[in-house]
Amino acid sequence: MSTDLSGIPQFSGARIRRREDPALITGQGKYTADFHEDGTLHLAFVRSPYAHARILGVDSAEAAGMAGVVAVLTGADINDNLAKGVPSGTPVGHAPYSEGKQPPRQVLSTEKVRFVGEAVAVVVATSPAAAADAVETIFVDYEPLDVVVEPETALAAGAPIIHEAWDNNVAFRWGPIGGEVAEIFANAAHAVTLRVENQRVIANALEPRAVFASHDGVSGVTTVWSTTQSPHGTRDDLAAALGIEADQLRVIAPEVGGGFGVKGSVYGEEIIATYLSRQMGKPIKWVATRSEDYVSTYHGRGQTDVIRLAADENGRFLAADLQILFDCGGYYSGIAPIIPTLTVLMMCGVYAMPVIRAEITAVFTNKHPAEPYRGAGRPEAAYLIERAVAALATEMGMDPAELRRRNYIAPDVFPYTTPSGAVYDSGNYAPGLEKALALVGYDQLRQEQAARRASSDGKLMGIGLATYVEICGVGPWEMGSVYMDENAKVTVLTGSSPHGQGHETTWAQIAADALQIPLEDIVVKHGDTAIIPRGIGTFGSRSTAIAGSSVHNNALSVRDKARQLAAYLLEAAEVDVVLENGRFQVVGVPERGLSWGDVAAAAGGDNLPEALQGGLESDTDFAPDGSLYPFGTHVAVVEVDPETGIVEIVRYLTVDDCGVVINPLLAEGQVHGGLAQGIGQALYEGSRYDELGNLLTGSLIDYALPRSDNFPHFETHRTETPTPLNPLGAKGIGEAATIGSMPTIVNAVVDALAHLGVRHVDMPLTAEKLWRVIHSRQ
Amino acid sequence: MKVSMTVNGKTYTRDVEPRMLLVHFLRDELGMTGTNIGCDTSQCGACTIHMNGMAVKSCTTLAVQADGATITTIEGLANGSELHPMQKAFWENHGLQCGYCTPGMIMAATKLVENNPNMTEAEIRHGLEGNICRCTGYENIVRSVKAAAAQMGGGD
Repeated sequence: MSTDLSGIPQFSGARIRRREDPALITGQGKYTADFHEDGTLHLAFVRSPYAHARILGVDSAEAAGMAGVVAVLTGADINDNLAKGVPSGTPVGHAPYSEGKQPPRQVLSTEKVRFVGEAVAVVVATSPAAAADAVETIFVDYEPLDVVVEPETALAAGAPIIHEAWDNNVAFRWGPIGGEVAEIFANAAHAVTLRVENQRVIANALEPRAVFASHDGVSGVTTVWSTTQSPHGTRDDLAAALGIEADQLRVIAPEVGGGFGVKGSVYGEEIIATYLSRQMGKPIKWVATRSEDYVSTYHGRGQTDVIRLAADENGRFLAADLQILFDCGGYYSGIAPIIPTLTVLMMCGVYAMPVIRAEITAVFTNKHPAEPYRGAGRPEAAYLIERAVAALATEMGMDPAELRRRNYIAPDVFPYTTPSGAVYDSGNYAPGLEKALALVGYDQLRQEQAARRASSDGKLMGIGLATYVEICGVGPWEMGSVYMDENAKVTVLTGSSPHGQGHETTWAQIAADALQIPLEDIVVKHGDTAIIPRGIGTFGSRSTAIAGSSVHNNALSVRDKARQLAAYLLEAAEVDVVLENGRFQVVGVPERGLSWGDVAAAAGGDNLPEALQGGLESDTDFAPDGSLYPFGTHVAVVEVDPETGIVEIVRYLTVDDCGVVINPLLAEGQVHGGLAQGIGQALYEGSRYDELGNLLTGSLIDYALPRSDNFPHFETHRTETPTPLNPLGAKGIGEAATIGSMPTIVNAVVDALAHLGVRHVDMPLTAEKLWRVIHSRQ
Repeated sequence: MKVSMTVNGKTYTRDVEPRMLLVHFLRDELGMTGTNIGCDTSQCGACTIHMNGMAVKSCTTLAVQADGATITTIEGLANGSELHPMQKAFWENHGLQCGYCTPGMIMAATKLVENNPNMTEAEIRHGLEGNICRCTGYENIVRSVKAAAAQMGGGD
């Protein structure tokens, strides 16, 4: 722990271990599946084995008579009472959206299924095993329909129609936006065109989704424990789905075992469990198995991008042109339509781009719906522009670092508005690049690479770099209120409910610094709508910047009021009282001072002047004036074995800039985890379907989730460019490394194969794929 | 079927279905929910416990197979209020985020170090490949295991 000049501990910036951990390392942490009440009934779902089929009938007669089975329900039994269905899709009816469709989604499908795993019936039983046994006996009569798996196929004339209220599979079109680029490309000295796939992946939070709903008939309130990133959003969406008031629900996000975006929206299982608990007056529980999670939890990514980049003879960028094809799956997930628009927003990356043009086509296919996943549209943007820049450097015969240098947005033009409409708050891109290049020894690496290529010593060495920028810190507001009791103990309430980020520790650091009190005197509460009056949630790398700023401001308000109170109690002028070394002190009179305890004890008194009444508390949300744009440069050194196609990451180094960091230990942890997911997508992961729409990667046996021996030691470094948009100067770091690492790894691997004439390989860069690429060139 | 086993120093006897998995026995019969379930194919290792001195995935063991066994779960790893060096190391080195893989990771790592206290980083990474973490990128888990190995000295 560092100390400031006055000897008061400075908690911000210190590597403080997490207060969350003692429970988690001893098995005392409670996740949703750990909650239990006597008399609990368990749900198991009948899910479609077909990607596209008509439902002709459901025969559950045998199941209904089985031991332990309480009920078997189909959509015909419950959909009328849950007519709003599963919340799906932000609105697509306004410009620049066009041809927007908003198909409804039933909680249990009655007429058609549109992806493998779609729920058509539910068993309620006295044990999970009894429920699962009963599911096996239920016969659903399906009439299989032709299946559309690939988004290009979905657009073709004569394609099977997924939502038959319309005559095509276009979910929406968006744009085109931007300017005229045809002439620029026609006359440009240099131009590249790349078609890059950002494949579908599966988030794989290690805790599968679960819900436990317990209705109290006396109060009329149902308590719902949920694996959610947003308990208040879940409460409001559940209330809307059930047609009840929000105060009839109490939603608790207990320990949540990872989210990564796909635990942000309400799912049908939560709606059904809550509804049945209220209907039956019983506690109702559902816990997904891992394999069930693969076909019942939203997937991520899934877009194909055609990017064109033009430059003049010196490599200065002239224009970028982007066409996105986004695969929604069978329905919209909660907020799917915004994902590709974020890609357009960030398509210029860190570069001064005079002109852009962009358009989006989104389609329905017979796949699982796609939802924001760590980065949500921004990894796609960084990937396509950083791949295009690398390809242009190769085409021009210019070092890719130099090409980047020539095109970075200058540090003196912020706030900077891109032609795609993003307003970058602050940025300084070159120092991070130079730091990364120096740390990794870039020039020597290039020499080594040249020497090894000349000597053909076996493994193919590649060096990849990428400079990313992303958008985070979305508002509109977040709660981080501060309450001090009469013993000078502080409670912080935050609406940003964490799932591994360590908010309790970080928020305590922020409050402790503002109040100059020990960390131990602060309790941080979250994740329970009965305790936290309002909140938005944890996603989009927003929490420290938005909720943390709220904590900071509220703590300062409490401090100011305490100082006024101290001045009153000390019979001193307010301007003469300062908080020093954790004590309210009359300037220049050392013997006249009060401790926090003295002030806190007096704060509740009845005889105080009106302005000083009301105790020591502050509850003002922080509403940011704009979004935040963290950035950084990553470098990877890889070796590709031409005999096997296996990629080994020899070094991976980051220089990230997320503004001011409150707890570097935790920020680094976010970088490590972000890297693992970005590199995982680049090298291993993907949700793959066969031509009938079966999910081939539907279990942990089949889905290549990275393991400890897939990664090297990660070397993490930082620069610090504060944001002017919040009092902490903090941006976000939760998604940055995922965003930076995908292009870095692919750039490195393509660089390793560049001398073979390879210009692009789509992710994941599996050994088999690379072996085929290499051997087709030799 | 009747099964009896010693879990965290206490003996329990229960009548269970033959198909009941050990992890369900621990969680549902004994209420020890510290051991988590992360998959249904024995890949993730979240459910790792110690059974008769070995690290075992309790989702791949039937409760009846554990009849007569001596078992330690994450709840029983600390010596009273004194954390095991592996638990301490995970805390000190930020070796966990969401915490869901952590019980299994700590139980697996503990046996790994007991069996070979002088592992290289590559050996640690190889040794932990049966335990999946989605949050940490394994960086600080490896760091934690190294730190714990130094504390645990000669193993045993």
